[in-house]
Amino acid sequence: MKALVLPASGAPGFAAEVSRLAGTDVQACYACGKCSAGCPVSASMDYQPHQIIRLVQLDQKDEVLSASAFWLCASCVTCSVRCPREVKLAQVMDALREISRRSGVAAGQPRIAAFYGSFLDLVRSGGRLHELGMTAMYKLRSRDLFGDIDLGVKLMLRGKLKLIPGRIKGRHHVAGIFRRVREHEAGEGGKR
Amino acid sequence: MPRIGVFVCWCGSNIAATVDIGQVTEAAAEMPHVVCVEDNKYTCSEPGQASIRQAIAQHGLDRVVVAACSPRMHENTFRKTISAAGLNPYLLEIANIREQCSWVHADRVAATAKAIDLVRMAVAKVAQHSALTSSTSPVTRRAMVIGGGIAGIQAALDIADAGHEVVVVERSPTLGGHMAQLDKTFPTLDCSACILTPKMVEVVQHPKITLYAYSEVEKVDGYVGSFKVTVRRKARSVDESKCTGCGACWEKCPVKVKSEFDLGLGTRKAIYVPFPQAVPAKATIDREHCIYYLRGRCRICERFCEAKAIVFDQQDEIINVEVGAIVVATGFQQFDQAAYGEYGYGEYPDVITGLEFERLVNASGPTEGKIKRPSDGKVPETVVFIKCVGSRDEHKGVPYCSRTCCMYTAKHAILTREKIHGSKVFIFYMDVRTPGKGYEEFYRRASEEDGARYLRGRVSRVYPKGGKMVVLGEDTLLGRKVIVEADLVVLASGMIAQPDAQEMARKLGVSYDQHGFLTEAHPKLRPVETNTAGIFLAGACQGPKDIPDTVAQACAAASKAAALLNREALEAEAMIACVDEARCSGCLWCEPVCPYKAISAKTISERVGRRTLTRSVAEVNPSLCHGCGACTVACRDSALNLLGFTNQQILAEVEAVCP
Repeated sequence: MKALVLPASGAPGFAAEVSRLAGTDVQACYACGKCSAGCPVSASMDYQPHQIIRLVQLDQKDEVLSASAFWLCASCVTCSVRCPREVKLAQVMDALREISRRSGVAAGQPRIAAFYGSFLDLVRSGGRLHELGMTAMYKLRSRDLFGDIDLGVKLMLRGKLKLIPGRIKGRHHVAGIFRRVREHEAGEGGKR
Repeated sequence: MPRIGVFVCWCGSNIAATVDIGQVTEAAAEMPHVVCVEDNKYTCSEPGQASIRQAIAQHGLDRVVVAACSPRMHENTFRKTISAAGLNPYLLEIANIREQCSWVHADRVAATAKAIDLVRMAVAKVAQHSALTSSTSPVTRRAMVIGGGIAGIQAALDIADAGHEVVVVERSPTLGGHMAQLDKTFPTLDCSACILTPKMVEVVQHPKITLYAYSEVEKVDGYVGSFKVTVRRKARSVDESKCTGCGACWEKCPVKVKSEFDLGLGTRKAIYVPFPQAVPAKATIDREHCIYYLRGRCRICERFCEAKAIVFDQQDEIINVEVGAIVVATGFQQFDQAAYGEYGYGEYPDVITGLEFERLVNASGPTEGKIKRPSDGKVPETVVFIKCVGSRDEHKGVPYCSRTCCMYTAKHAILTREKIHGSKVFIFYMDVRTPGKGYEEFYRRASEEDGARYLRGRVSRVYPKGGKMVVLGEDTLLGRKVIVEADLVVLASGMIAQPDAQEMARKLGVSYDQHGFLTEAHPKLRPVETNTAGIFLAGACQGPKDIPDTVAQACAAASKAAALLNREALEAEAMIACVDEARCSGCLWCEPVCPYKAISAKTISERVGRRTLTRSVAEVNPSLCHGCGACTVACRDSALNLLGFTNQQILAEVEAVCP
C-alpha cells in the first residue's frame, strides 16, 4: 500500500466537513478498534470502520471516497452505541455516502451506486420497493445481466417476485420527502 | 535458669495448611527451658499479642520465641509486645516458619519437621540472649538540601516553615533548575517562571534558610542526626555581599558565549547571570571565557562595577556544615539525542529537543517567544513531534518510561497551534500515557480542540529535502507508511540520571539503581527515605517525575526530615558490634572493613603483674555502627561480636539442629 504523504496528500477541511455533516467529532476517536471488532459486515469491507475514521482524521478524502466500506455499512449502529468516545460512526458512514454521491467519486464503486440509485428511483415513483423492477433496473445499470440468476429463479418459484408493482396510498408524502431532501442538499451545497 | 515461652502462629492457613501446628507445639513443649507453649490463629493480632503478655505474667517467662512470619514483618511488633509486659525487647527470637518453611514447601510431613527444627534453633538461641540497651545521640537541628530546583526549593521551604534551619547547596549560579527553563506547565498552562520565581525569592528571604549557590558538596561524614558536610563554594570572582545585580558588568562585557540556560540557542556574556530572574541575582565570571583570565587584560567589568564587587583573585572556599538530616534533590539531565543518528539531532539544526523547544516558545527566550526554526529563522508551518526519544528503548539503555514526555508534547502541540496560526502538528507516539489529574483531558484538548494529529508509530528516519525535514514513519493503526514533510522536528527527550549521580550516591552512602537513579528504601511504603537513615530523596534524582509529583515528593521528604529534626535525641541500633578488649590484639583489620567508619583505635592501659602496659584495641562507635557484622567476620581473634548474633548464640543454634 502506498505511503501517506502528510500534510500534502490531505484535503484540508475534509475531516471538519465530515464531522459537521455527521453531527459528531471524528477527531474524538482514539482508535481503540471496538467499532471494527463489533461490526457485522466488516469482513466484507475493504477498510475497517476504524481505518475509515483514521483516514478521515488525516483528511485523506480521495482514498476514503474510493473505498467501498461506507457503502457496505448496514447502519445497524452497533458501533455508535458502543463507542467509548461517543463518535457516531454510522452517521459518519452516512455523511460519506452523501459526500460521495454529490461529488461523483462513487464512480469508483459503480455497482453500489447503481444499486442505491435503482432503489431510490423506484421508491420515489411508486412509494415502495418493487423487487422485480429493482432487479431489472439494477441489472441494466450495472450491465451484469446474469449474475445471481440462480437466486432470482428461487425467489420466482416461491412467489417472492411480483410481476406488477404495488402502489401505496400516500405516494405524495414520499414524493414530499424526496423534495425536502433535495432542497436540503441544495442548501448544503449553497453553504459550501 | 531461663524460662522460655513459645508461641506458634497459624497465620490463618498460610502456615497451618502446610505445617502441623499441633506437632510443633508438642515438640516445643519438650525443648529445654520451655515452660509454656501456645498457638494462635494470628499471633500478631491484638488477642494474639495479649496472650503473649498474659503468659509472660502467668508463667514468669523471661524469654520469648514466636514461630511465625519473617522477622522483617513483625519482629518489631513482638519486641513492643514483650516490652509492654516488662521484658527487655531483645529477649525475643523469631522462628520464621512461614517464608522459610510453609510458603516454600509442599510436603506437610517434611515441612512440619523443618518447622520443629527452626523452633528448636530459636529456643536454643534465645536461651543465650541477654538484655540489650541502645545508646542515644543528640540531633543537630538543621537540614541540608542538595539541589536548588523545584524539588530542593519546595523541600527547603517546608523544612524551614516547620521551624528548622536549612542550608541549600546548588551547584549552578542560580536556583531554579530545569523548571526555570520551561515555558508553560501542563495541565493548566500556567507560566513556569511565574509560579517558580516567587518560591526562589522566598528561599533567599526566608530567615531560616542559608543558600550556597555555585557550590558543591565535597564530602559527607557522620550519621543520622549528626552529619558533617564539606561544601565547596566555587569562586564566582564576584563578592556576593557587594554585588547588587545591577547588570552594568554584563552589559559592558565584550565576550559573548553560548548560553547554557538557553541550551546554546542564545548567548550570554562572560560575566553573567543565567537569566533575568536568577536568584541570587549575583554575577558570576566564567573563567574559561573571560579575556582577563585568558590573556591577563580587559577588566572592563571591574571598571563599570560601582559596588566594587569584582574580585579577580577570589579562591574557592571550603566550609563545613553540621546537619541532622539531608534531602537529596539533585534532579536529572536530558537524554543525549545524538544517540539516535537516524533522527539527525546535532546534524540538522531544525531537529531540536523538547527542552530547546521550551526556550524557543518562551517569551524571555532567545526568540522572544516566537517559534522560529534555528536554520533560517523561518516560522515553521508543519511541526513534527517524536515521542519516546530516549525512553522505552532498551537498545539505548533506557527501558523505562520518562513519564513527562507525553504531557509536555501535548503542551508543545497546543502552544504551537496557538502561536502559529494555521500550523499543522503531527505527533508520532507509541502510547499516550496520561496518568494524572486533568492529564487525559489535556491530551484530548491537544488532539480535538487544537487539532494535533497523533500518529501511532516510531519514526525510522529524519532527513532534509528541499528546505524541509522529511520524517518517515509508520501509522500502525492503518498499517501504512507515513511521510511527513516538516519544517521543524522536535524530539521528546527522555530523562536520565545526572552524570555524577553515582558519585553523589557514594558520597552520601545511599544506593542507586542500574540507571543511576537514587533508590528509595521501599518503593511503596518508604518512597522518600533512603536505606541510610537521615537521608531523604525528592524529585527526579529518584526517577523521572513531572512537576506535580516532584513537589509532592519534596513535601513528603521535608515532612520526614522535619519529623526527624523535631526529636530531642535519636536512639541508636542496639544490636551492634562490641569488642572483647581482652581478646583484641589491636590488629585493626576490622577498621577498613567497616562500611560506616564506626571502628577506630583506642589506647588502653592494663596491669600485667606489677607493670602497667598500654596497647591499642579496636573501638566501636555505637552511633555509627549499623550492626552489619562485617567486622566480626574480619576479626582474627574472635574479639568482635555482634550483639544479638554473638558467636555463642549462633553456635547454640547449630548445636540444636545438629546435635
